[in-house]
Amino acid sequence: MKNWLAQHGRVLLFTVHRFLATPVSSLLNILVIGIALSLPGGLYVLLQNIQGMAEQVAGTPQISVFLSMDASHDDIARINKQLKQHEAVGRVEFVPRDRALEQLKRTTGLADVIGGLTQNPLPDAFIVYPKKSDVQVLEVLRDELQKWPKLEHVQLDSDWVRKLEALLKFGRLAVLILAILLSFALVAVTFNTIRLQILTLRNEIEVSKLIGATNSFIRRPFLYFGLLQGLLGGVAAWLIIMMGIFLLNSSLAGLAQLYSSNFALHTLPAGDSLTLLCFSAWLGWLGAWLSMAQHLRQIEPR
Amino acid sequence: MISFNQVCKRYPGGYEALKSVTFDIAEGEMVFLTGHSGAGKSTLLNLIAAIERPNTGSVVVKGQNVASLKGGALPYLRRNLGLVFQDHKLLFDRSVFDNVMLPLQICGFDHRESAKRVRAALDKVGLLQREKANPIALSGGEQQRLCIARAIVNRPSILLADEPTGNLDMAYAADIMEIFKSFHQVGVTLLIATHDEGTLHRFGAHVLTLKHGELQPTSTGSGQA
Repeated sequence: MKNWLAQHGRVLLFTVHRFLATPVSSLLNILVIGIALSLPGGLYVLLQNIQGMAEQVAGTPQISVFLSMDASHDDIARINKQLKQHEAVGRVEFVPRDRALEQLKRTTGLADVIGGLTQNPLPDAFIVYPKKSDVQVLEVLRDELQKWPKLEHVQLDSDWVRKLEALLKFGRLAVLILAILLSFALVAVTFNTIRLQILTLRNEIEVSKLIGATNSFIRRPFLYFGLLQGLLGGVAAWLIIMMGIFLLNSSLAGLAQLYSSNFALHTLPAGDSLTLLCFSAWLGWLGAWLSMAQHLRQIEPR
Repeated sequence: MISFNQVCKRYPGGYEALKSVTFDIAEGEMVFLTGHSGAGKSTLLNLIAAIERPNTGSVVVKGQNVASLKGGALPYLRRNLGLVFQDHKLLFDRSVFDNVMLPLQICGFDHRESAKRVRAALDKVGLLQREKANPIALSGGEQQRLCIARAIVNRPSILLADEPTGNLDMAYAADIMEIFKSFHQVGVTLLIATHDEGTLHRFGAHVLTLKHGELQPTSTGSGQA
């Protein structure tokens, strides 16, 4: 076992030497892999951020309940009581029609238009804050309230969240397709690198076979090379993503200040980083393996 | 140890390199394989190491029929054979020491034990002082001796040599023959292909003579079955 480990250690050391022997081409390969992987990786991070943001905003969903114009004070009191007693409702806020009009005047700059109105077109309204923010629970509540008398219209304010959700789903699919395509490219890059190495080391492979080397012995350094190249490519991709987020964040800081928010993009979490590295190392290994399977058979001693 | 039975080898295009060759080599024997160039000496050696396969007949090495050996078993057959090549087949991207180390690495020997064995093998062929050199800096005779060191470092029971003294002058050739003789004395089975008639007569060993792919009955030879 110790001997076995020592052997693999030596092969790994040998591989690192071979890697450093051609620094420029090694570096370029790593860069190609890094850029290819950072595209889907970076988009993935952006999508995660948008989703996180949506969840934060949608964390306090509201239901607006508009009363009929002919609702009396008694009706309002009754509905208020009923709402407060409802088990799905957390808090209720009453917005009288006069205040709603005032608010409209102030916030929209339509004061002139509104001033010309002979009567207030707005109804009295309740803003209902449900206990749970689950979309399905909200929909059930909305449908129930819709049936109450003297209620004109019930509106769920989280509709846009669902639309965003659908959009994110679409975005994630696009990222997945991009990732799959670029993974093939990565495998191809490694395949070609290993092919060139096999051609250069044809002599050594041939002699090794004559001396009694098994195919797995001959494959080993090449597989390690693919693995190492993939892993370093993954590290490059990770650095590119992190640097991208850092740059975006520094320009976002100014923008966020204008909206008086302290919004900033989150970086890749540790788990996802590890997945990225493992995946790219695996792809490198796969490319090397395919290349060996393709070319090793062609080299037979003569 | 090595036995050929009705072995034929035909190359694509119809050229027959070996025609119904039959012989036996016992364990510990030292046998010379001789014949004009193109007589099929190299082909015969290649069949033993399964570098080439016969069209018909059987090649049995240490009780295994090499002719029908699966690809996965080949490495383990070759580890029992020491091969000395006419063109040496050395690797010029590493030192003399590392060239001899290769067979032991392939077999997965312990590193320290291997280093001892490599030095012993280099000492045997008189190259211990050159262990750090690159093989390209060695003379033809030294390269040949390096190839022998690599063939024996694994302590094989059979040694196959293809024209080991081919391009060397008399003194070097005698050196190498002495080395082979010492292996013979410790019980290694040797099959040496050569066209060097002088050597044959000096050793008086068994001789197999090939002529146009056929084994000839020879006066000195008792290696024929």
